Amino acid sequence: MTATDLPMPGLAGVPRTDEKQTAKSFKTDQEVRWCPGCGDYAMLGAVQGFLPELGLRKENIVFISGIGCSSRFPYYMNTYGMHSIHGRAPAIATGVAVTRPDLSVWVVTGDGDALSIGGNHLIHALRRNVNLKILLFNNRIYGLTKGQYSPTSETGKITKSTPMGSLDYSFNPVSIALGAEASFVARTIDSDRQHLTETLRRAAAHEGTALVEILQNCNIFNDDAWAPLKDIDTRDDMLIRLVDGEQIRFGKDGQHAVVRGKDGHITVAEAAEVDESDLIVFDSHAEDPGLAFALSRLADFHSLADTAIGVFRDVQRPSYDRLVREQVAAAQGAQEPDLQALLLGKDTWTVN
Amino acid sequence: MVGTCTDNSALWVDNGPWPRAQSTEEVRVTSTAKTVVPLGHVVIRFAGDSGDGMQLTGDRFTSETAGLGNDLSTLPDFPAEIRAPAGTLAGVSAFQLHFADHDIMTPGDRPDVLVAMNPAALKANLKDLRPGFDLIVNTDEFTKRNLEKVGYGTNPLEDGSLDQYAVHDIALTSMTLEALADFDVSKKEAERAKNMFALGLLCWLYSRPTEGTLEFLRSKFAKKPQIMAANIAAFEAGWSFGETTESFSVRYEVKQAPMVPGTSRNITGNPALAYGLIAASRQSGLPLFLGSYPITPASDILHELSKHKDFGVVTVQAEDEIAGVTAALGASYAGSLGVTTTSGPGVALKSEAIGLAVSLELPLVIVDVQRGGPSTGLPTKTEQADLLQAMFGRNGEAPVPIVAPQSPGDCFNAALEAARIAITYRTPVFLLSDGYLANGSEPWRVPEVSALPRIDPDFATETNHDGEFWPYLRNPETLARPWALPGTPGLEHRIGGLEKADGSGDISYDPENHDRMVRIRQAKVDAIAATIPPVEVDDPSGNARVLILGWGSTYGPIGAACRAVRSEGLEVAQAHLRYLNPFPANLGEVLHSYDRVIVPEMNLGQLAFLIRGRFLVDAIGYNQVRGLPFTSDELKQAITDVISSL
Repeated sequence: MTATDLPMPGLAGVPRTDEKQTAKSFKTDQEVRWCPGCGDYAMLGAVQGFLPELGLRKENIVFISGIGCSSRFPYYMNTYGMHSIHGRAPAIATGVAVTRPDLSVWVVTGDGDALSIGGNHLIHALRRNVNLKILLFNNRIYGLTKGQYSPTSETGKITKSTPMGSLDYSFNPVSIALGAEASFVARTIDSDRQHLTETLRRAAAHEGTALVEILQNCNIFNDDAWAPLKDIDTRDDMLIRLVDGEQIRFGKDGQHAVVRGKDGHITVAEAAEVDESDLIVFDSHAEDPGLAFALSRLADFHSLADTAIGVFRDVQRPSYDRLVREQVAAAQGAQEPDLQALLLGKDTWTVN
Repeated sequence: MVGTCTDNSALWVDNGPWPRAQSTEEVRVTSTAKTVVPLGHVVIRFAGDSGDGMQLTGDRFTSETAGLGNDLSTLPDFPAEIRAPAGTLAGVSAFQLHFADHDIMTPGDRPDVLVAMNPAALKANLKDLRPGFDLIVNTDEFTKRNLEKVGYGTNPLEDGSLDQYAVHDIALTSMTLEALADFDVSKKEAERAKNMFALGLLCWLYSRPTEGTLEFLRSKFAKKPQIMAANIAAFEAGWSFGETTESFSVRYEVKQAPMVPGTSRNITGNPALAYGLIAASRQSGLPLFLGSYPITPASDILHELSKHKDFGVVTVQAEDEIAGVTAALGASYAGSLGVTTTSGPGVALKSEAIGLAVSLELPLVIVDVQRGGPSTGLPTKTEQADLLQAMFGRNGEAPVPIVAPQSPGDCFNAALEAARIAITYRTPVFLLSDGYLANGSEPWRVPEVSALPRIDPDFATETNHDGEFWPYLRNPETLARPWALPGTPGLEHRIGGLEKADGSGDISYDPENHDRMVRIRQAKVDAIAATIPPVEVDDPSGNARVLILGWGSTYGPIGAACRAVRSEGLEVAQAHLRYLNPFPANLGEVLHSYDRVIVPEMNLGQLAFLIRGRFLVDAIGYNQVRGLPFTSDELKQAITDVISSL
């Protein structure tokens, strides 16, 4: 089944095209100015490669970004786009999405842009459930300002601004999104094109705000930040891939499993050593976000052990912009509103 | 007695050339044998505790007065606290109304009648009442405890300190309770109706019609019939009390003022501004989008626009000031008329986004209902101290046009004009209202919708450069860039806050290009002067040597002061600026044609600073920042002093 066969309520209002599109259709003539080896190239390639399968008219796609390395993204997309100011992209995109149901609106942001200066806009977009797809490139560092720690940097991190180690406790983007009432939250990784593309597909289909955290490598200021999750020798024992309807198991032979402990906590155990009934079957559509939240917090910030990826939560809730339009439609009767009557009000007097 | 003032017209500050009615004029006698004395104009101030309903009382009296066809002007003055402790000075709320049988320009410098509902209201307002004028007090509230709360050692009603005023001691609370003894309401509810008793009495005293207020009460309390009946009864009891009491030996009437032909209503600035935005949406065909965060005194615009979704208005109460403006900018990008409403502190937060709008060159209207600053300042009081913030409060060279309304009703026109400039020139525009305009009211000649100007958004629909679309290839006349909406095929493009190459809009760090782009953005704003009317000078004789230059809400007090100066045989010219950036093309010429230019402002000289810098004119500032409009008296004195010095 291809993505276009999927029901895509998130794109219901966006006009389609029969024109054949390829990744090239979405490339611009602008020189891409990310550092050679930057993880952002993989994301650009994945997005340009995946958009043609949606079959949308490209003039009805808008990319909006804030400030940071990731936020150069719109310049390289041959769609409509805006490179705005630091942290504000979700708010700008809210104005676009609320007024234009015929547009597919994407926000590209980073860990500093979305979680530090723009944290407020992110959580409010999520709770409102505006029909936006937010791609959060998380490299755990400030790249464009040349190497200060970010809200997702691990405590103790030595950077230019923290020569004795960062004192800040880290944010967990997926936990934040779940706490902010997000209806769709996912985590994926820049080095796994297939997983990345599959996650983008599901995000696009979703009606409402979809937050996709993408673990991304900054090879200049924070190289190998996610290396244990990418290294062929370690990744299978570190990465937990969440698949709907399946037991949460990982390891080369599925030997590790996430199980529910006696006190209700979830924990990682060896599958062979636990009772079959203790294994958890994953369901991203569960109304209760409790398991998703617990899974988001399994990972160890330092070692990255037990990092779950996949769609943590995917539930249906009417999007804010749809509800806004419904209120406007309900207020509008069959007749044109009478501006003259509004200006006159109830108490007037007339002089001849 | 009340009649004192009618016998001594010298006591009155007359705001116009119309003589006040003399007591020798037509004097009628009512059925209850009370003399009816005609007056030219009256200033009433209702003052009480925040919980006493003074704003409502003032609003109702205003509505009846507007309906009678008097000219009027109002000044609500209330505290920032929603309900400060009862009976304290901090909790005093007042509403002043000036109404006349002729054209007036201000809510009046001082009350002719002060209604004080408690000792705190008396203490806070007595300084503005002149000897011989009327003071109506609610004696029930002059208890030992209430007197102590505001530091009265002795009861002013008894210690002779009010002997110089015409005091009317009225037990408003107990008479209200008595009138409502047989009604099915609690004692507390009955007490709360005392403002209606006071309103009834004042309506009797000034011969106001009652039907409007009765209708208002019927509709307001439609779901609480007992409360409705009690309020109506209290209102009628107040009226009857006037008829029967010996405390008032005469009643007054203020005849209809000669009004401009057409249909008028009473209006305050915030709804007028909201209507102007809706009209701009209609006239441009752009849906109206408001992104706003609640802030005093601008919130009523958000409330008003939220009621008009039938006009396709979308309002988003954003998570903060920044989200308010950025959502509006996003909506503009997508083809709406994006508007954000706020006050000074909010503008400070929005500054970066306004700079983005300058760089993106998209329409955006930023409404700043100014209040006392800096910081939180005086949230409910008026000031004009955000002019330089609007003018310069951004990083880089970021010119933004500025439009300012001059009266509550004028907020409608100013909003329409701000939107015209924003849409035509693809630029953010500041609309600088203030707390006085927002809450003050005046009769407003309702415009004919069919006569409103059209605004053409002139969207780009086709490529403009060798088969490509260049988002910064400008209209040579207006220097406006093409506005291509997402969804327009073939015109896909990227814009952003980075400097862009002239024409193509690609990112450019080229030194020469940046210099050119900075100058082009300035030239575009300067070019707006070509489409705005020249500043008009009111100089009746043409011989004045002193010009008074104002902007915004000082129009009324300056106009009244100029009339007063002229009534004494002196000559003075008045000009008032609607456009603060760019200035009207003839402003320099006007300024240089007078020997002295006085600039009264409710700040420490911000327009004067601009005038001096721009035109090398040695402008004389007249500045006060008391949170209240100027009185015409003080301005008259300042003007007279300058004229005398020549």
